[in-house]
Amino acid sequence: MKIIIAGCGNVGMTLAEQLSKEGHDITVIDIREQVVGNISNTFDVLGVVGNGASFNVQMEAGVDEAYLMIAVTSSDELNLLCCLIAKKAGARHTIARVSNPIYNMEVEFVKKELGLSLIINPQLAAAREMARILKFPSALKVDSFAKSRVELVIYKIEEGSPLCDMQLKDMSSRLKCEVLISVVERGEDVIIPDGQFRLNAGDEISIVGTTAKTMQFFKRIGAAKAAVRDVIIVGGSNTSIYLAKQLIEIGVRVKVIDRDMKRCEELTEMLPKALVICGDATDKDLLLEEGLIETDAFILSTDFDEENIMLALYAKSVCNAKLITKVHRVSYDDIISSLNVGSMIYPKNITAEHIIKYVRAKKNSLGSNIETLYRLNDNRVEALEFFIKEKSPVVGIPLQQMKLKPNMLIGCISHRGHVEIPNGQSVIRVGDTVILITTEAGLHDIRDALKI
Amino acid sequence: MNYSMIIYLLSNVLGFEGFFLLLPSVVSFIYSEKEGFAYIITAITSIVIGCFGRIVMKPKSKTFYSKEGFVAVSLSWILLSLVGAVPFYVTGEFPTYTDALFETISGFTTTGASVLSSVEELSKCSAFWRCFTHWVGGMGILVFIMAVLPLSGSSNMHLMRAESPGPSVGKFVPKIKSTAMILYGIYIVITFIEIIALLLAGMSLFDAMSLSFATVGTGGFGLLNTSIASYNIAVRIIITVFMLLCSINFNVYYLFLIKKAKEAISFEELRYFLIIVFASAILITINIRNSFENIFLAFESAIFQVASVISTTGFATQDFNLWPEFSKTILVCLMFIGACAGSTGGGFKVSRLMILFRAVKNEITSITHPRCVSKVHMNGRVVSDTVVRAVLCYLATYVIVLFVSFLLVSIDNYDTTTNFTAIMATLNNIGPGLNEVGPSGNFGGFGIFSKFVLMLDMLIGRLELFPMLVMFSADIWKRGSKR
Repeated sequence: MKIIIAGCGNVGMTLAEQLSKEGHDITVIDIREQVVGNISNTFDVLGVVGNGASFNVQMEAGVDEAYLMIAVTSSDELNLLCCLIAKKAGARHTIARVSNPIYNMEVEFVKKELGLSLIINPQLAAAREMARILKFPSALKVDSFAKSRVELVIYKIEEGSPLCDMQLKDMSSRLKCEVLISVVERGEDVIIPDGQFRLNAGDEISIVGTTAKTMQFFKRIGAAKAAVRDVIIVGGSNTSIYLAKQLIEIGVRVKVIDRDMKRCEELTEMLPKALVICGDATDKDLLLEEGLIETDAFILSTDFDEENIMLALYAKSVCNAKLITKVHRVSYDDIISSLNVGSMIYPKNITAEHIIKYVRAKKNSLGSNIETLYRLNDNRVEALEFFIKEKSPVVGIPLQQMKLKPNMLIGCISHRGHVEIPNGQSVIRVGDTVILITTEAGLHDIRDALKI
Repeated sequence: MNYSMIIYLLSNVLGFEGFFLLLPSVVSFIYSEKEGFAYIITAITSIVIGCFGRIVMKPKSKTFYSKEGFVAVSLSWILLSLVGAVPFYVTGEFPTYTDALFETISGFTTTGASVLSSVEELSKCSAFWRCFTHWVGGMGILVFIMAVLPLSGSSNMHLMRAESPGPSVGKFVPKIKSTAMILYGIYIVITFIEIIALLLAGMSLFDAMSLSFATVGTGGFGLLNTSIASYNIAVRIIITVFMLLCSINFNVYYLFLIKKAKEAISFEELRYFLIIVFASAILITINIRNSFENIFLAFESAIFQVASVISTTGFATQDFNLWPEFSKTILVCLMFIGACAGSTGGGFKVSRLMILFRAVKNEITSITHPRCVSKVHMNGRVVSDTVVRAVLCYLATYVIVLFVSFLLVSIDNYDTTTNFTAIMATLNNIGPGLNEVGPSGNFGGFGIFSKFVLMLDMLIGRLELFPMLVMFSADIWKRGSKR
């Protein structure tokens, strides 16, 4: 696939490297001549010097034949304009990085009106990643797909758990909680379970559900150990705001510490339920006064890597809180992880990962009716995203009456941005996006999933 | 100080009052009462002087600032009351001009405190005028003038700020004239609906109109000595509903009109207001249920009285002076709380109370977390520190006015409950208090000095303290160098 990347910062660089390794034809655009020279010398990519939002520069990069335009410069407006022009000039798909929280609130509208395929917000993605670590401490792994709309929580059933020997059809009535178990990994087998399926200890189950429902599920099965109740966030960055919002929603008490008085006032406006402290977090007394010892999680999210890491080291020495540290510079990741101070979050890596995941999913779907295709559980399970364009046998009937082939499951129905975790009564309508989870490869259309 | 502009505005007020006075004249014509002459003469005189003032006193300069706005509003209300009292005195239905003035101020400020021991002896036109003053005062005469007259934009805002109840004044639409028209539009529509509802409940047109004016303005003057108690249950329920409707922020109705029902319902003040109303009603019901046949009747009385007090109307179906102490105390607390900001009701206002409580909560948090930064939030937005400070000052001033008046009135040697609730009832524009000034009593027994204190309290309460207090500030009267 021909891909153009506008902006060669950290993210652009990672993308260029990864995607060219995967065999795509990459052209990079950047205004800085030296950076472009550097990148085209290091990797097998073509470089164009100029403003990414300029039509002529884009044409020089071959936008009219490009499959994908990825705009990851540091300016939101430039990225949006760049994608808009690329779309008009003939690029099939466009991806823009937009970080401003104000644009983020109207992301659905912008995406639709500007014809963007994906808007990625690195700070929001980082915040989601942090929230995932805090929300599901007992999960083995949390995976997200379909543009982060669906969360897949993987959990290993322990000996003596109430789930042992439970039939799936009884689950919602017994636990009084509706989540969907989409994939079960038992020993060597990967199974898409149906209602008759009986769970066993040792099974690794993948749970699809909204955050609230999944948390409730963990509580019901008694696996909500070490649930986080008190959180201190250092630094009032946008990432902190997104994270605080998500945590407050699920009833966590949040304290945010920032040094700048003006920023603190903005924070109180945006986070009415958080406690905002104006002070220097490198001041030990302040941290102790605000209860560093008693807190459940301590999150370092200032704009300075050094400060984040120093504070994480200090916190590790005085308390048992779960530590999450945000690091911007990617280069020293091996050294930092050897310090062993809890979870590390690299917003730039996350952004690049998201985009690469999307590009892969797009590539997988080429030549079929599938929007995206994600491979899960070591590539043994596929999650296919279909857009229901027209009336077909799957539209308008409750799922329980739909005759699906074995090892097929509808995992999620998204109706105009509203995500629904389906049950037997759910109905697919025209215009919805549906995610089908299956172990069978080679499906080209949602109709292929039906029994003939 | 731009005196000519103020006089120009006052002339307008006078002119409009003249027109309003023609309405009771019409009533007297229908019922062929001789008292009507007093109204016709006053009306014509006011209109003539008003028009004369408008033409002669054409303002030399249009400069109009905050202080002019405040002074114009205060003087307008005083003038309105002075003139409105004239027919009461001339017809001889009130023994002294002071009594007539007390009744008029009580009318315009939508208090509903009366000096009369028997309301039924009044002529129809006087009874009508008494109720109609509530309607004029409810939304404010200057808002009315703004809706009708072309005034320059900046002066409008100053007037609106001075006259409208609530901690901050919001506009619905860019033009303040249109805002004023929308407000009056909503007000008139509500009045009409109530008149029709009361007619359907079997009332005569005269009674329905008078009571509707008194309810919608959240005034409280009735037509009978027993206030509302003698009417049937349908009337009582209708009045309960409309008292509550008029103590809700008119923004809510506007949002409904422009089909933003979601925003309208999400008004935090509205939610708290309704919680307070129903919680109080339920507590009182439990407290008084033994003296009623069944629990429904007890609840009906309780919610009527709660609505009447919290909307600062002051109607009564029961002599709540005879209720148990707990119920009476709840009612006194409700007197203080009052209606929502932006309604026709008086009192401290639910939104101010909310801001106050939240400011206190933040203060407590800042003791445990000395470096914490906190703001008061309302309806999902931050309330600016200036507004919070204004609310705190408002509370302080309110308490000072309350206690100074309490002290001054005590000269008449009534018991403490009477004095305290008399001040509460006038300062919050409710009407009846407890004991001597309870629903079955009246304010006639107070001496002239106390009556003037109470009149001042009513005006201070209606205009939300500061417009009247500004009048006592010395430098406002300074005459600037002439240009």
